[in-house]
Amino acid sequence: MSTIRVLVGTRKGAFILTSDAKREQWSTSGPYFGGWEIYHLKGSSVDPNRLYASQSNDWFGQQIQRSNDGGKTWEPVGNAFVYDGSPGTHQWYDGTPHPWEFARVWHLEPSLKDPDTVYAGVEDAALFRSTDGGMTWQDLPGLREVKGNLWQPGAGGMCLHTILLDQNNPERIFTAISAAGVFRTDDSGKTWRPMNQGLKSSMELPDPNAEVGHCVHHIAMHPSRPNVLFMQKHWDVMRSDDAGESWHEVSGNLPSDFGFPIEVHTHEPDTIYVVPITSDSEHYPPDGKLRVYRSRTGGDEWEALTNGLPQQNCYVNVLRDAMAVDSLDPCGLYVGTTGGQVYASANAGDSWTPIVRDLPAVLSIEVQTLP
Amino acid sequence: MIRVVLPAHLRRLAKIEGEVQLEVVGKVTQGRVLDALEARHPMLQGTIRDHATHKRRPFIRFFACERDLSHEPLDAPLPDAVTNGSEPFLIVGAMAGG
Repeated sequence: MSTIRVLVGTRKGAFILTSDAKREQWSTSGPYFGGWEIYHLKGSSVDPNRLYASQSNDWFGQQIQRSNDGGKTWEPVGNAFVYDGSPGTHQWYDGTPHPWEFARVWHLEPSLKDPDTVYAGVEDAALFRSTDGGMTWQDLPGLREVKGNLWQPGAGGMCLHTILLDQNNPERIFTAISAAGVFRTDDSGKTWRPMNQGLKSSMELPDPNAEVGHCVHHIAMHPSRPNVLFMQKHWDVMRSDDAGESWHEVSGNLPSDFGFPIEVHTHEPDTIYVVPITSDSEHYPPDGKLRVYRSRTGGDEWEALTNGLPQQNCYVNVLRDAMAVDSLDPCGLYVGTTGGQVYASANAGDSWTPIVRDLPAVLSIEVQTLP
Repeated sequence: MIRVVLPAHLRRLAKIEGEVQLEVVGKVTQGRVLDALEARHPMLQGTIRDHATHKRRPFIRFFACERDLSHEPLDAPLPDAVTNGSEPFLIVGAMAGG
């Protein structure tokens, strides 16, 4: 029988939750790296016991931890994230030039082919790659050449938070940056193009044709259909059917189209999930009800999933990396909140139950389906 | 022998129990003590001073002999009591609360 392993990054450490395929009884281990912010941890799909974790805090900076036994033991690996050459400046909040400064790793994305190759999305926005299991990291500076001097941080910092690898085209990578937009490379990171046509951000970015400057919160793809992308933008849920060349809005009947995460069902490429949040100044669910919304039509038509989720006095947020799916059938869905709960559904969102409560604020969720 | 006391998070990171004892050849300065510490425990690189600039991280403080040495130059000599091992060199996470 399969085992499910849920990797939870929080403000004060990492936790690992495990269950059998029934997904009814869960055990929790941790905290790992207690007291440190764990923005993200993720396992290799090639070697699921190879895990990488981003560990940081304001005092002691950035660490990358690596496990070879599924998270039982960890070792610190390389933590030198040095920008290539002279990175120049980006725009500061007040519009003045500001030098590129490394702050932290937001997201780690292991290669689909090699457990020793892993990508790191960092703040200030850049993509680093390691080919030696995280011991050394190389900046991919071509990304900054896409008008990097005009990028400006969002409220959470100028972070590269999403990395999508295309299993059918190893040279293609998508990244998303707040608040710069989506970028795509077709040559393994040497050169990049902005992929933001069709995004409308009139309240934040008056130029409707702006190539960069869009506050993309998260993007997702189904591996079987890599030309179809879904996006939760600052406001608006968007879809692209041409690998990011153009986007159109699919917010439809959502109660709010502001939010952070977006995910795709493991077995149904047109079934997608979002968690609507009231607004950019009210980071909690509308009406105090935590509702995951599901579209079975690739957007536009949405249904609220509420069974088992708090439907009164709920004012938590679900951050951009804090929703994930497993690979079982029916598909499991996992949502972590800033209130420290992880809610799980073993039936594609029809019903939910908390599998752990009272953790520190959840920053990220990843799920491994182990044979 | 130079005695260095690290904050709990860094002791845990480097799997250190108690003080670190370091041999520093020649003039004993903050910079040389940190060089020796990082050579012994490479995972501490970047945690006390910046990888690129080698400047002290903003929320790190250096204390010794009941003095705050955080703003002393990295190449300034440390007090004799640190050099001869009678007093430890303290690396401290700055207070940040409210």
